[in-house]
Amino acid sequence: MENDVFKKRRKSTLLLAVIIAALSVGSAIITQYDAGKGMLSIFKAVAWGIKNFYPDRRSLVRLPEIFIKLKDTILMSIAASVAAAVIAMALALMGSRSTRVHVFFTGLARGIGSFFRNVPLVAWAMVLMLAFNQSSLTGFLALFLGSLGFLTRAFMESLDEVGENAVEALKAAGATYYHIVFQAVIPSSMPQIVSWLLFMIETNIRDATLVGFLTGTGIGFLFDVYYKSFNYHVASLIVIITVIMVIAMESVSNIVRREIL
Amino acid sequence: MALLKLKNISKYYQGPKPALEKVSFSIDEGEFVSVIGSSGSGKTTLLRCINRLIEPTEGEINFNGVEVTKLRKNELRKVRTKIGMVFQHHNLVERLTVLENVLHGRLGYKSTLAGIMGSYTKKEKKKAWDILEMLGIEDQVHKRCDQLSGGQKQRVGIARALVQNPKMILCDEPIASLDPGSSKIIMDYLKNICKDMGITLIISLHQVNVALNYSHRIIGFNKGTIHFDGPPSKLTHKKITDIYGSEQIAESYDHDETGNITAAAG
Repeated sequence: MENDVFKKRRKSTLLLAVIIAALSVGSAIITQYDAGKGMLSIFKAVAWGIKNFYPDRRSLVRLPEIFIKLKDTILMSIAASVAAAVIAMALALMGSRSTRVHVFFTGLARGIGSFFRNVPLVAWAMVLMLAFNQSSLTGFLALFLGSLGFLTRAFMESLDEVGENAVEALKAAGATYYHIVFQAVIPSSMPQIVSWLLFMIETNIRDATLVGFLTGTGIGFLFDVYYKSFNYHVASLIVIITVIMVIAMESVSNIVRREIL
Repeated sequence: MALLKLKNISKYYQGPKPALEKVSFSIDEGEFVSVIGSSGSGKTTLLRCINRLIEPTEGEINFNGVEVTKLRKNELRKVRTKIGMVFQHHNLVERLTVLENVLHGRLGYKSTLAGIMGSYTKKEKKKAWDILEMLGIEDQVHKRCDQLSGGQKQRVGIARALVQNPKMILCDEPIASLDPGSSKIIMDYLKNICKDMGITLIISLHQVNVALNYSHRIIGFNKGTIHFDGPPSKLTHKKITDIYGSEQIAESYDHDETGNITAAAG
């Protein structure tokens, strides 16, 4: 009997490996992707990068300009994340098992959440550009909508984890729905909620760079300008500073996380 | 005078078998009543039907002269403030401090806004403090609940029930997840609460011995119906076998060969 279980497991592992192999080979054939060539071009790209894509002394003059744009990008990411968090919280409260008023709202909140989450950020930016042209508002809204979808889902799950126990106790004491939400559910899930919000801000700083390409704002725009004008030294400086910034943000939020847990 | 009167309370979940079937009894003010029975016998459902955390399918519940089953939302809140509840798993908000958790017992008296903001009067805080002192955990007041031991958490749970100013406290297996030492402390506090403060207690228990030692009256459940209702002195070995439906349970309490239960020590 025991032998059988192991045999079965080995069989399913093998099957999985075959499926993965078939999928990769199949998709490579369909898209006419040459793996060997792809690997080689990575080396080529690296070689090109080492030769051209590095900041030189003259590019340092642009630092003040870069920092101003970087500040804009960071502030916009934070604004979009926090604004999205407020709305997402309301949706999550409607949808979570521990706080919902009716099952109907769970479906509604989940639907809204997955819709906004599954439309790619770039698509949001493109669509919004039709309405608001190339402006910071477009960038803000694109980040806001993407975050809204993600945070709704994340918050809902955090609230679900709170469970029925404390909710039941407060109900038994005669507390109202809003009492229970604000005195039991939110305090219990606060660490997760803050943690998700910090994660969202980090992600948004990265994504804002990308969205900036399209909407002509922030650090992404600046990169685009220098890259397209073949000024690779400044462009590389922008990339390096952005990376440093993201890492710094990550360590700051790690400290915050440790403190609140 | 009867404080609580249940008449033909039944509760059906899914399926044709009821969790409670036509349960009737009445409890006087100041009584210490233990509810015993094996898991799934309906103890938990019974306790939760009394304050309508679970809606009974049919029957009447009269508490303190009020027909509980017919109450609308706000009136039900008012009744619930007079019925404290203590849970097996404490059901505290673990991340909040002891004092905050105790004050949750006052939420039933609060307006929506005051409750959301968590604004309590000086008098309420003083009362919470006094109760914690009475229960011997006044030095933990500002500690977070996740730093307390199981026994301490249960005392916080009791304090939360007491701060409501209840006429009755429902205890749902309050010592089922505690060690014997902590269990005794909790049961002693509950006994004093009943004796000194005149608060009626209904406690569901797994340990027959504890029920025998502490209560004025024992109600035994089996499959949703009452199989015994009377003082501990009337609870015979035969009755206990009837409640639990097996001989094994006899190991968990002291009795002599003739089936009389010997007074347990403690």
